[in-house]
Amino acid sequence: MNFDYSDDQKFLKSEARKFLDARATAKVNRAVLDDPSKSYDPELWTAVAEMGWLGAAIPEEFGGLGLGHIDLCAIAEELGRVVAPIPFASTVYFFAEAVLLAGTEAQKADLLPRIASGELIGCFATSEGPGAATAASLSTTVIDGSINGVKIPVTDGDIAHKAIVLASEGGKPGLFIVDLAEVGKETLKTLDPSRSAAKLTFSGQAAERLGAVGDGIALMEAVFDRAAVLVAFEQVGGADKCLEMAKEYALGRYAFGRTIAGYQAIKHKLADIYVKNELARSNAYYGAWALNTSAPELPIAASAARIAGCEAFWFAAKENVQTHGGMGFTWAVDAHLYYRRAKQLGLVAGAARSWKERLVSQLERRNAA
Amino acid sequence: MDFNDTAEEAAFRAEAKAWLQANAPKLNLSGLPEKEVLKHAKAWQAKKAEARYACITWPEKLGGRGGTPIQQVIFGQEEAKVGAPRGFFDIGLGMCIPTVMAFANDETKGRFVGPAVRGDEIWCQLFSEPSAGSDVAGLRTKAVRDGDDWVINGQKVWTSGAHYCDFGIVLVRTDPDVPKHKGLTMFWIDMKDPGVTVKPIHQMSGGSNFNEVYFENVRVKDSQRLGPVGDGWKVALVTLMNERLAVGGATGPNYPELLSLARSTPSGDGSALEDQAFREKLADWYVQAEGLKLTRFRSITALSRGQTPGPEASIGKIVSANQLQAMSSEAMEVLDQYGILSDPDLAPLEAGFQQSVMWSAGLRIAGGTDEILKNIIAERVLGLPGEIRVDKDVAFKDMPTGL
Repeated sequence: MNFDYSDDQKFLKSEARKFLDARATAKVNRAVLDDPSKSYDPELWTAVAEMGWLGAAIPEEFGGLGLGHIDLCAIAEELGRVVAPIPFASTVYFFAEAVLLAGTEAQKADLLPRIASGELIGCFATSEGPGAATAASLSTTVIDGSINGVKIPVTDGDIAHKAIVLASEGGKPGLFIVDLAEVGKETLKTLDPSRSAAKLTFSGQAAERLGAVGDGIALMEAVFDRAAVLVAFEQVGGADKCLEMAKEYALGRYAFGRTIAGYQAIKHKLADIYVKNELARSNAYYGAWALNTSAPELPIAASAARIAGCEAFWFAAKENVQTHGGMGFTWAVDAHLYYRRAKQLGLVAGAARSWKERLVSQLERRNAA
Repeated sequence: MDFNDTAEEAAFRAEAKAWLQANAPKLNLSGLPEKEVLKHAKAWQAKKAEARYACITWPEKLGGRGGTPIQQVIFGQEEAKVGAPRGFFDIGLGMCIPTVMAFANDETKGRFVGPAVRGDEIWCQLFSEPSAGSDVAGLRTKAVRDGDDWVINGQKVWTSGAHYCDFGIVLVRTDPDVPKHKGLTMFWIDMKDPGVTVKPIHQMSGGSNFNEVYFENVRVKDSQRLGPVGDGWKVALVTLMNERLAVGGATGPNYPELLSLARSTPSGDGSALEDQAFREKLADWYVQAEGLKLTRFRSITALSRGQTPGPEASIGKIVSANQLQAMSSEAMEVLDQYGILSDPDLAPLEAGFQQSVMWSAGLRIAGGTDEILKNIIAERVLGLPGEIRVDKDVAFKDMPTGL
């Protein structure tokens, strides 16, 4: 049994923590959060690119480090811990994974090296309004290689150079690579301003097919499976940090003549967070294994990692605010950075309720077989 | 990251498998009275001991194999597959005998260790009392010195297996004039001694898995003492160190059985499995159950790497007991009015869910209540302060007593 990070991966993770503790402090997040003109921190982005993290799971032949997905998971956990204000998820978990999954050799050779170097910011555009995107609801279309329609919201759509877009061609859904230079972009106000989102308006720009015609929904789901595992590690990292913040604050806060960390109401609350975090970590590890080995179990493993990750981070984030009491509700205390990010991550890879349905329909099929 | 054995582990697994194949009894134990199962269990234990599979991690001179914890895990996994009788010796070999080995003299160790390993003699642990559950150190059974003997009077409760056990370790109060933790002493006793009476407890689930044990002027020799007089609490901590491992997770129907039940139960125009509210809950339980299984894999990984498992193992019982209770209740909801039936001939799964809805209430208490386990996670894993002890400096006899 070898169900944990390797020593090398643990080393990578601890180096990542040191680096991020120095470079991605809460102040760095707040600089983006507090300034409506900023969508991300370009300096941190460049630094992360220099560390090679953007290409951790990109093969060496395409300019990456070729380490594999478990190493990328270790990095994701640390990025989640510091609520990093950079378009890492959009570019690496979604855009790069989609290209790795469905790209031709030419597309990989064109795009992946530019992602690994930090030159290309990517995004994944599927949503067109309230509710999850489906083949039937899709109104963005591609005709003769030109794309028309509106995507809202698209995480990092305002800063991305290219998007992978879900659109229908001849009535069949497909994924398309679109250069965003000429596409209409409107930055949107969101719950977590440390991560930006945009409305993208396509008006006849060139769209290059990614993967086969008609495979759009299946491909989108496959990309979501991969991204869900990676996002789950960010969620675990964030949830762990919330538990640490709550613990530290409770130990130092005195009420009724003693530290509030000694009250069972607080002790049991933090024990509940710990339990959820460990369940989320174990499910995330299984997702990492399935992703790294392209196992047929990936859709089920990714669903479980996603559901447990959403539950753990949201619970830890909201109970961290609660443990901080009135202080937790202020802008000055960092608890809300995690509260916002928990919701942001809980939605950008699809809401947990959709994943629960996806999980149960798969269990149903397995049970019937 | 993978789920494979190392080369050494694979070799040991193959060896264990081959041995089990050749030696495990082909038995159908279901429906047999406990006495009969016990007979088979003792025979099986003797066979394992002879082949040095009984206490794998113990030194060879004590009847073990001098093996590693991961070998113990591997043998347990393979043994579970062959359906051999188990469970009778876990408390004795996991908790009592290690205590005897740590505190008894060589003569006593020489007398007891071998027969316990071979399954000739079974041990029980006599700690809990009617007024001392989570707060075991508040126990009242007393031992009074009488020459070279001690005379024990009082009552123990929730003693697993007392009705078939030969020996036990018993924690008693020898000094009521000092604070509670300081006035305790540990002894080993012969369960067949005059004055020891074992009575089964009639549980709310209907069954009787535990006992009350009464002590009426039971005489024990001072040489049966384990550790110094007044040091019983320290001795008990050695015993209890292993309890969280001995009381494992909940066993009972799980999400696949619940899914099948919903699939075969009509609801509206289709089956109960089509109900969206039910599906959401099922997804949550799958994630929990798999999360627990995978958390065990993480602990086993630590063993496999020669490390001590992390604190993550502490979440097992609290999650599984609560999940079993919630799932069983939901299964009955699915059945609607029919859910009240607990007749194994009528209720699905031979009334497995109806049984576990009753049994799970006990599981949330046994081996540490939910509340105590949360305290343990908070204090030992997270490092939060312990509870305020108003009884710390009070003589035991002056402590307020309730029920």
